Amino acid sequence: MTALQLTDLTVRHHGPRGPVAAVDGVSLEIPPGTTLGLVGESGSGKSSLARAIVGLTPVHGGRVLLDGREVRARTVGDRRRLGRLVQIVLQDPDTALDPRMTVHQTLGEAATVFHRLDRRARAERVTALLELVGLNHRFADRLPRHLSGGQRQRVAVARALAVEPGLLIADEITSALDVSVQAAVLNTIRDLQRRLGLSMLFIGHNLPAVCYVSDAVAVMRHGRIVETAPTEALLRDPRHPYTRTLLASVPSLRTSLPDEGPS
Amino acid sequence: MSLPHLLRNPWTAFLARRTARLLLSLGVVLTASFAMIRLVPGDPVRAALGVDAAPALVAARRHQLGLDAPFLSQYRGYLSGLAHGDLGTSLVTGTPVAELVRTRLPATLEIAGLAFLVTLAVALPCGLLAAVRTRDGRHPRSELAFTVLTAGLAGVPDFVLAAGLTAFLAVGLQLFPVAGSAGAESFVLPVLALCLAPTAVLVRIVRVEALKVLSEDYLRTARSKRLSPARRYLLHAAPNMATAALTVAGSLLPALIAGTVLVEKVFAWPGIGSALAQSVVTQDYPVVQAMVLILGTTVLLAGLLVDVLLALLDPRSAIRES
Amino acid sequence: MSLPLRYPRSPMAWATAAMLASLVVLALAGPLLWGAAADRPDPAAVLQGPSAAHPFGTDNLGRDVLDRVLTATRPSLLLALAAVLLGATGGILLGASTAVVGRRARRLLTGLINLLLAFPALLVAMFLAVVFGAGADGAMLALAVAGVPGFARLAQTLAAAVAGTDHLASARVLGLRRHRLLWRHVLPNIAEPLLLSTTTAAGTALVALAGLSFLGLGVQPPGYDWGQLLNQGLDRIYAEPLPALAPGLAVLYAAVAFQLLGEVLAGGVARRSPAPRTPAAPIATSGPATEGLVLQVEDLTVELPTPAGVIRPVRGVSLSLRPGEIVGLVGESGSGKSLTALAIADLLPDRARISRRTLRLLGADLAAMTPKERERHLATGLAMIFQNPASALNPSLRIATQLTETVRTHRGTSRAQALTDASDALRRVALPPAVLRARPHQLSGGQRQRVMIAAGLMVRPSLIIADEPTTALDVTVQRQITRLLSEIRRDTCAAVLFISHDVALVGEFCDRVAVMYAGTIVETLPADRLSTGTRHPYTRALVASVPNLTADRDRPLPTVEGALPEPLAPTPGCPFESRCPRRRDHCTEQAPPLEGLDAVHRVACWNPVAAEVVAS
Ligand SMILES: Nc1ncnc2c1ncn2[C@@H]1O[C@H](COP(=O)(O)OP(=O)(O)OP(=O)(O)O)[C@@H](O)[C@H]1O
Ligand code: SF4
Ligand SMILES: [Mg+2]
Repeated sequence: MTALQLTDLTVRHHGPRGPVAAVDGVSLEIPPGTTLGLVGESGSGKSSLARAIVGLTPVHGGRVLLDGREVRARTVGDRRRLGRLVQIVLQDPDTALDPRMTVHQTLGEAATVFHRLDRRARAERVTALLELVGLNHRFADRLPRHLSGGQRQRVAVARALAVEPGLLIADEITSALDVSVQAAVLNTIRDLQRRLGLSMLFIGHNLPAVCYVSDAVAVMRHGRIVETAPTEALLRDPRHPYTRTLLASVPSLRTSLPDEGPS
Repeated sequence: MSLPHLLRNPWTAFLARRTARLLLSLGVVLTASFAMIRLVPGDPVRAALGVDAAPALVAARRHQLGLDAPFLSQYRGYLSGLAHGDLGTSLVTGTPVAELVRTRLPATLEIAGLAFLVTLAVALPCGLLAAVRTRDGRHPRSELAFTVLTAGLAGVPDFVLAAGLTAFLAVGLQLFPVAGSAGAESFVLPVLALCLAPTAVLVRIVRVEALKVLSEDYLRTARSKRLSPARRYLLHAAPNMATAALTVAGSLLPALIAGTVLVEKVFAWPGIGSALAQSVVTQDYPVVQAMVLILGTTVLLAGLLVDVLLALLDPRSAIRES
Repeated sequence: MSLPLRYPRSPMAWATAAMLASLVVLALAGPLLWGAAADRPDPAAVLQGPSAAHPFGTDNLGRDVLDRVLTATRPSLLLALAAVLLGATGGILLGASTAVVGRRARRLLTGLINLLLAFPALLVAMFLAVVFGAGADGAMLALAVAGVPGFARLAQTLAAAVAGTDHLASARVLGLRRHRLLWRHVLPNIAEPLLLSTTTAAGTALVALAGLSFLGLGVQPPGYDWGQLLNQGLDRIYAEPLPALAPGLAVLYAAVAFQLLGEVLAGGVARRSPAPRTPAAPIATSGPATEGLVLQVEDLTVELPTPAGVIRPVRGVSLSLRPGEIVGLVGESGSGKSLTALAIADLLPDRARISRRTLRLLGADLAAMTPKERERHLATGLAMIFQNPASALNPSLRIATQLTETVRTHRGTSRAQALTDASDALRRVALPPAVLRARPHQLSGGQRQRVMIAAGLMVRPSLIIADEPTTALDVTVQRQITRLLSEIRRDTCAAVLFISHDVALVGEFCDRVAVMYAGTIVETLPADRLSTGTRHPYTRALVASVPNLTADRDRPLPTVEGALPEPLAPTPGCPFESRCPRRRDHCTEQAPPLEGLDAVHRVACWNPVAAEVVAS
């Protein structure tokens, strides 16, 4: 369990017309053991924020505090210290796993980053990790191309969990998946929250999916957070006009009138 | 406008970046050509004049080349000489190299430029045609023939082709002059020798690019509008592959210019290349040095020209770069 | 490496293998067999032309040219290979390391590679060969160094693609060390294309080395390789072409062999069986027309040849649309929605084969028309809107051209009139006329999709097929687009076939919904019955697995276990059978027909969910 605190975080990218602030002075807090959902439209800066926290993108201003301590990702040593605390799972199931490594190799590599494990211990760890994300141990010998998109994303989650981080960042992990597959991955995430007590930053553009797994939700637009509130409160009583537009745009099924039963 | 403001304009930023790169590369060429004569194993003067040359003559030539001065002042002297158009003096003939360059550079530029134009003129339409014919797995036999033929032609070394062309078309059938530059027909064989392999390479790339464009969504849109094939290929497809094709063509230009060295030697073409080949054999290092400098600079300028032209054609390419 | 074995039966592969084998044999045996003869001068036979004793003549010392060319195979090949291996190793390490080093080091390396690349390899090699001193070793080293930037650039480009992947980012975050990233994650993933370019580079190096020797910078007498032999013989080309050209032919042979090897490895000359292009059976005229239908499709089937066999991604689909009706076609990825749309619009790839009982647009039978009439009928009666507006518009043409070309082609509208119409169409989709002069990259995603819709409106179509028109757009923009489509339907009475994978969206915005699974339509129903009135087990599971804003967060979402059926081996029974909780024995034997439960609700299931069960 790790607490995350961002103060005034700024990330800039080089655009065609000079630098653009993708993340513009964002402050956020994730108390230990809770999940913050982050929603926003494409280009609102969600991924830049996530990548900056784990050191994949340089930070241009503000601070990232993990359990109250400032972290940086300048050297490989820094990155390893950071990696023990935070891990990330990314969007694209097609490139999420090294196409030339079996699930066993991928998970085994991740499990031995910080500990030496002998063959037996490693195999046990891989099985345990697969079980954690709801996959049968028989998947261990498969190559990524023999897994479905949802299975690949779950293996990617298992890889991130292999180093036992306190905070997991999930960046649009279900966006490229079909709904029925998305449901399975969301269930896995809920299950992990319950069993491991992880802190989590769950990023997505699909508001219902994000709300389903989050304790609180932050709404991002043009690099800024426009509203943060506990999930129920946000759904019940959105304050910011943009949040209201967003909520109103979410399609939902009309209930049919004729044969509606008591529910 | 202030400097930072200017640099934010994509066009000036592009030009500034490109010019900086050119200057850096020119610096490399200058330094390399300067260093060359000092790096060659043995004494270059003695090598050129022969072992039994009089020591006094050798010393005089060394002095003339500035080889007896301290290193840094040699470099300064070299640069200031260049600034005054002094490219040195041939060890063998004693004539100024600048003179040689002035008489020979145009001949090289002519065949290189002509060969490049022919390459473009043949490869672009042929590549598009080949793509249209073999798209979507049609005509697999044509595709096989195309692949094998272009692979074979791309492998033909220019100087071997030059020798072969001389043997059959010039000596055997006497259709073209054997050597030298005299009249329009003397251009045919050198240009052909120079452009065959680049054409084969380019036509393959154009086909691949065209296939990529043909499978784009907007061509499906064009199909859904039921436009005529001519309109689809010429108006909707061709402009979109032009940038990629020309970028590759531009990258072939330096190699094409370098190829003139060997081809000119075969045809005794009165250009920079044959002068370089000749001076290498006679170990006339000041000439080698100057020719390397001139060829290198030509290549760099040609690269700049291509990049600017491309940027003019497709402004997004200039912005995308970097 | 499995590459070379992929196409073992192609005749080109055999020819290439034979050429390479002959080179290897010559390189090994040449000097042993002909080495002595090649060096034996014969003052009596100086500078002879071809004869029985000397098929390629003799040189200025009376040595046999053929023997010398054959003997020279070994040095020519060995030097070229050595140069390529050295150059490739250096270049690949330099280029691939850009993917794992820090930002600053990467910029420096990239700059260095760019700088070196500005000079053609041959020129660099000549320069270095002069500096290293004329000779075989010097030339070989010079070539190796000259080859480094090319390999570095290639490796850099390939490695950058790997560096951009999610798995490399994850590996970094895991804290793997640089050498491990390089050896374990980057290099194995770029090895194949690099191997390929190394073979082609071997051919190039062979030629370049011959070129250096030809200039007198390579192998020095009394040693000789092909380039040097060519150089020695060149003066004779006027008198005796063949002896002069013989070494050149050898260079040519080897160079072509390497080129073809690259081609074979890349699979470019694999024997492609001409696609099974059985002439499509003349399509019988359609069944009887039903009055008042914009689109009438019955029993539509699409077959596609794939390398593994023929698949049938669309199997017996029937659909009909009335004027002014919005019908949603919903299903998960790969269920055949897009192919159905393309089949209706006659836009399937050439290889595809289509069969159907009825296909009528506006009552007219498409099969009964000449191709020209059909094109015209489709162009003016039907508008297509595709998923990704960023790629569906041509980036190099102005919007004006893209809007007006259809009516100008098919209706012969004048330019001025077409432009006026185009402004009107743009106004209809709430865009200013100034957009006409823009190019697509100047517009936002939502604006581009509006332009696509405007382009469709130009022909005043009776049917609009929109294939996932909002999937690439943000929810707020999606809402605008669906609203726009509703308005257009209301104003023009066009029917809309709205394809989507988003059940909630389809349920909210369409009148009627057809649910597609594995190429078949499993249920059609009024949209307002989607949430609670579905009868097919698949539809029901699909709807249930969509999280909504009011979902109980403590209960797991229902999921559909299992995977889509194997497209290559369809079973005779129900396609959903392997995943269905309500399966019965009969389900594996016979596919259920799509049968009406009531006037508006049809379902293809032997054991549909009871309406009461759903309501609880
Ligand atoms: N050109 C093609 N060649 C071979 N197979 C194809 C081709 N196009 C589609 N398929 C296959 O046909 C099946 C149906 O494809 P289709 O594109 O119609 O699905 P879809 O329902 O539109 O899916 P999505 O939601 O991903 O767009 C898939 O299994 C797909 O792999
Ligand atoms: S037909 Fe049988 S297997 Fe298919 S959906 Fe109905 S109950 Fe399930
Ligand atoms: Mg589709």
